Formats: sequence, C-alpha cells, structure tokens
Amino acid sequence: MTDIADRGYAHSDALVSTDWVAQHLDDRTVRLIESNEDPLLYPMRHIPGAVEVDWTRDLNDPVRRDYLQQSDFEHLMSRIGVTPVTTVVFYGDKSNWWATYAYWVFQLFGHTYAKVMDGGRLKWEKEGRPMTTDVPRYPVTDYRARERDDSTIRAFRDRVLAHVEAKGQLVDVRSPEEYSGERLHMPDYPNEGALRGGHIPGAANVPWARAVNAEDGTFKAADQLRAIYQDQVGLDPSEEVIAYCRIGERSSHTWFVLTRLLGFPTVRNYDGSWTEWGNLVNVPVER
Amino acid sequence: MTVQPEKLAKFLRLLGRTQDRQERIQLLLDIARRFQPVPPAIASPPYAVQFKVPACESQAYVFPEPNPDGTLTFHFAVENPQGISAMAMAVILGDSLSGAPLEQVATISPDVIYEIFGRELSMGKSMGLAGMVTMVAGFARSRLGPRG
Repeated sequence: MTDIADRGYAHSDALVSTDWVAQHLDDRTVRLIESNEDPLLYPMRHIPGAVEVDWTRDLNDPVRRDYLQQSDFEHLMSRIGVTPVTTVVFYGDKSNWWATYAYWVFQLFGHTYAKVMDGGRLKWEKEGRPMTTDVPRYPVTDYRARERDDSTIRAFRDRVLAHVEAKGQLVDVRSPEEYSGERLHMPDYPNEGALRGGHIPGAANVPWARAVNAEDGTFKAADQLRAIYQDQVGLDPSEEVIAYCRIGERSSHTWFVLTRLLGFPTVRNYDGSWTEWGNLVNVPVER
Repeated sequence: MTVQPEKLAKFLRLLGRTQDRQERIQLLLDIARRFQPVPPAIASPPYAVQFKVPACESQAYVFPEPNPDGTLTFHFAVENPQGISAMAMAVILGDSLSGAPLEQVATISPDVIYEIFGRELSMGKSMGLAGMVTMVAGFARSRLGPRG
C-alpha cells in the first residue's frame, strides 16, 4: 500500500500509519486508544501504552439508547489522561470498524485532535510489532468538553424522514442481504432487532468493508473510493449524505471515509439505523 | 423444565461467582488460550460450508463426532485469529457439552452467551456466539432424530 500522503485523501492527516504509531509510542502528546468489538482482545494484548475505550461501557448511556453526556465524556477523557490538546489515535479490530465509531463519538464533543491508525490492530499484528498485556495508568487530567453537538454529524429519525421525502442521498452500508430484506435474522434466533426487512427508500447499498483492503485492513486510495461512492452509486459530494447500518457503528466507518478521506462536507450518521427504522410504524420501506 | 448439561451448569456457577469484570475477562482469556482447532482426522481446511456457524464473523465452524454411546463430541475451528471470544466459546462448548445427554444439549438456549460474556456484547458478536450454541444444539437435535 502506498504512503498515506500519496493516496489523494482530502484530509490525510486524519490517518496515521503503523510506522507513525511505532515512532510515537513514547510521545506524551499522543494517546493510543483501542476500541474493539471483541471484549477479550484488548486484555489479551494491545499496543504498549494504549488504553481501551469500550463502545458499550464508555460511549453509551447505560439506560437510554443514546451516547454519553458531556460530563461522562469529561470523566472518560480525564480517566484516560487526555487533555484538550492530546492527539488521540484510534485503532481496533474489524478493520477499524469500532475505532471509527469511537472517533465519530469523540467528534460529537469536538475533540478534533483525533486520528485513526490505518489497518488497525490486524496490520499492527501482521507486522509483528510489539504488544503487551500491561494496562497503562496515566495521571488524571482536568478535561472540559463542549456540550454534545447532535446537529452536525448525527441524524435523528425525523431528519431522516424529511431527507427521504426530499429525495436526499442515503447510503446503507449493511450487507446486500440485509439491504434487500432477505436477511432479517439468523435461523432459530429471531433477535436481530427489527420487525421489517429492507432499506430506507432511495438508499444506495455500499457495504462498509468495500472501503478497505481485506488483506491488511488499510483504507483504499481516494481514487478507488471515489470510484465506489461517486462513480458507481452516484453520491454527490456537494449534497448532504446520511449513512446508516443497523445501530450506527458500521456507518461510522463510512462516515469517516466520506468526510475525512473523500472530503464530503456534510455527512450525517443515522445511529438509530435499521434497528429503529425497521421497527417504526408507518415509515416507508423499500425492498 | 429444561435441564442444563451438568458440566455447563457447573461452569456457569463458577462464572457466576466471578463478579469482578477483570477477573471474569482473565478467566475467559485463560479459557480461550486452551483452544485447539479441530483435529485433521475430523476435518481440515477448507472446511465444508454446512459446518460453518451462520452470522459468525470470526469464521467459526462446528464439527460433531459421534461417540459409541450415542452422544456427540464437538470440535471447532475459528479461522479469524482475532476471534478470541469465539475461541473461548468453542472451548466452553466443547468441554461442557461433549458427551452430554443429547436431550439436554438440544435444548440449550442461545441466551447462555449472556451468562458467559455479559450483556455488553455487540449485536453482531451476540449473533455469532449464539450461532455457535444454536448449531451445537441443532446437531444434537439431528442426532436425536424425530423423537427429539
């Protein structure tokens, strides 16, 4: 894979290489954050100095379906020793699926000193780089966050409904089977979370993983990404895009690709996604 | 009332006494480290699709081996090296359900994954792990035949 700076990204500084991370392991202005789907991966081993941010325990409200509030975010940042000017670098499993989810949540609170390690945990491990079981402890910081901004990069259902009625651009990043409504739940386990299958009318289907190279989890170059999102499915960067999946995690990955790598200025992640839309009464569904 | 296989019930009691999250994670990690893939005499890659666990992104497979007493021994493969939870689940299911009465194995609820891993599992991870349980139970039902 070519150097990140040579791949033509709109904001190449949002991405760092494993080499860059290796060179900054002792950099006190950088905090590595591992976010995984599998809760056993970080305890098994992780990059030296990395802290874990768990998507359920740390980023979600424990009672209502929502993300953490301002005070919880401040507490989290203080606990992991991050100041407002610390550069946080996310990485994780599943080609950074959960890392980009955490990145997106951090943007709700305006922590813009944030990057993603290209290739995530898979690439770091494949390169045989050092890993440890030591869990680091950092001095607690006094972090003051801004109030969570749900208006810029997040979409709620009323906005999505208005967007559909206005024939706005949507991208459904689930699998083709989920998009078509063919797969609603797995056999003998009717707990997928939606009563109706299909997709939001007008949505294009681009499974999130098309943006990465399967062999090492790195992001594809900008021209390859443009070929997928703009040439193949016709997304217009000058118009708003709403991305969704099942609960908003996979679509965070696509949000990162569209905004940071391709430079789309207005992309919102509909985190209610199909587990909300597929259960709503009297909303349009397409199959 | 459904009766759980004895070894599984014993394991869940042990786990239930481990309330501290870090201790529980360490226990599950120790279990995952014991994972041994299916012996070549039973199956070798590329594995047949009928043994693949549906919805499991760790690429897990379940292979039933008939025992002389009519019960089953369960073997597993996990192709994703990062599928640590799937490996732990494979060891738990293999250790606690192999040789257990099929009637009991056939009625195990997929919800057992929440007793093991807690409720803080993603939907995708839940479906994969539950799929392993469902598949094991399914093999037991098939072995029992229509009377099951």
